Amino acid sequence: MQYALLAYSPAEEEGDRAARPISEGLAGLLDRPGVTGWARLHADESATTLRNADGRTLLTDGPFIDSKEYLAGLILIEADDLDGALLIAEQLLQETRPGTSIEVRPILSEHFRGA
Amino acid sequence: MALDAVFREQWGRVLATLVGMLGDIELAEDAAAEAFAIAAERWPRDGEPANPTGWLVTTARNRAVDQLRRRQVLDRKTKLLARDIETGPPPPEAPMDENATIPDERLELIFTCCHPALALEAQVALTLRTLGGLSTDEIALAFLVPFDTMSKRLTRAKHKIHDARIPFAVPPDHQLPDRLSAVLTVVYLIFNQGWGGGRVDLAAEAIHLGRALAGLMPDEPEVLALLALMLLHDARKQGRLRDGEIVPLDEQDRALWDRRQIDEGRALLQRAIVRGSNGPHLIQAAIADLYLQEPRDWRQIAALYETLAGLTGSPVVEMNRAIAVAEIHGPEAGLSILDGLDLDHYRYFHSTRADLLRRAGRTAEAHAAYERARAQAQTEAERRFLTTRLAETTP
Repeated sequence: MQYALLAYSPAEEEGDRAARPISEGLAGLLDRPGVTGWARLHADESATTLRNADGRTLLTDGPFIDSKEYLAGLILIEADDLDGALLIAEQLLQETRPGTSIEVRPILSEHFRGA
Repeated sequence: MALDAVFREQWGRVLATLVGMLGDIELAEDAAAEAFAIAAERWPRDGEPANPTGWLVTTARNRAVDQLRRRQVLDRKTKLLARDIETGPPPPEAPMDENATIPDERLELIFTCCHPALALEAQVALTLRTLGGLSTDEIALAFLVPFDTMSKRLTRAKHKIHDARIPFAVPPDHQLPDRLSAVLTVVYLIFNQGWGGGRVDLAAEAIHLGRALAGLMPDEPEVLALLALMLLHDARKQGRLRDGEIVPLDEQDRALWDRRQIDEGRALLQRAIVRGSNGPHLIQAAIADLYLQEPRDWRQIAALYETLAGLTGSPVVEMNRAIAVAEIHGPEAGLSILDGLDLDHYRYFHSTRADLLRRAGRTAEAHAAYERARAQAQTEAERRFLTTRLAETTP
């Protein structure tokens, strides 16, 4: 069964997120066969949000939800059941910055084209 | 046994087996309900089958297979319309002998229902529905929420179990202590809810669940301790009220206590101690046992509360320790512990404080504390008891 892990991180105090490499521990976990895909996102200042307002498209600068935490990345995994998914999520969480949350969502249907 | 009683005994067993077979609680529940309805019609006429569990499981399973077939036909038609030739998995066809031994999968089911990915209130409701066999109506009544709210809560939980694939399994050893403690928390919460109201006998329900757990995990000391704790508390039920009025522990007629239940609780407590438990339920059961003994060993009670507070960090436990300390060193010593606790929202905090203030001779303060306690009282009996105390402390 496929799950999406949505990682929300607190805003960076200082430094450039893009210049900071993925930690070794995290890279090791992302390389495991249970991980079927992942994407690390630029900070939310880079976001543009489009909204369907009765058929008209509204464009705004910034993320859809303005909060202290932002969607920092998503990881797609394969697990037997929720416990399996939670275990992977917990291991990933240990390799993240303090204050990070990971939301685990079962995937309803998917199509991965591959890079 | 009356048919109702047979059904209550069978519901959890039958449902658990069906969930294991079908992999879906909602489908299993619908099928079980149908099978029980058929049994209610046929058994009084044709007699109870030799293997009631087997009969109910087989009947329910057949219903579920019919249901799945209907769904699949519908599904296929929908898909044909969409010009999609993909077909779903075939329905289960394995023949089933209704005399076969049915494995007891209630443990798997309770670990599913008490999974930490579900909200605590959903865990409680789901456990009562699936293992206790209570109707949505009864659960809504017990927790004083509208029927629709409870119905939605149950449906949402069942959908999450299905959609997120919460496992139907006893957790592996490394997870078992945490997950078992979650299960015991749910059962004890049901028990405590049963003490206040009496709308639905939740205390009896919790003891029933506790017995089932103790039967399924006879070597888990905390499981035995929880059952002991509930039995020892519940044994005083008859003495706790006289003509609808609350009777303080020391004024209770001990002849009204349930001797058999006390003996059973003590035997379970011994079994738990022998297995080397020092968990929170064991300590609470030991305290409940000490409360039943005369004269009361307040020093030991205070020491056990101290250990328990260390384990749980609970201010309610500290409050109870204050009561014991007041018995040893006087009411002022108890009050100085209470002063440090943040329990303003807790109804028994104010009645406890009021009682110690009264005994310390601080009548005006006691009166004010009784007022606050009465404002938070949840039952008529509590309100009447506190009204009497208020009259006694009127300056």
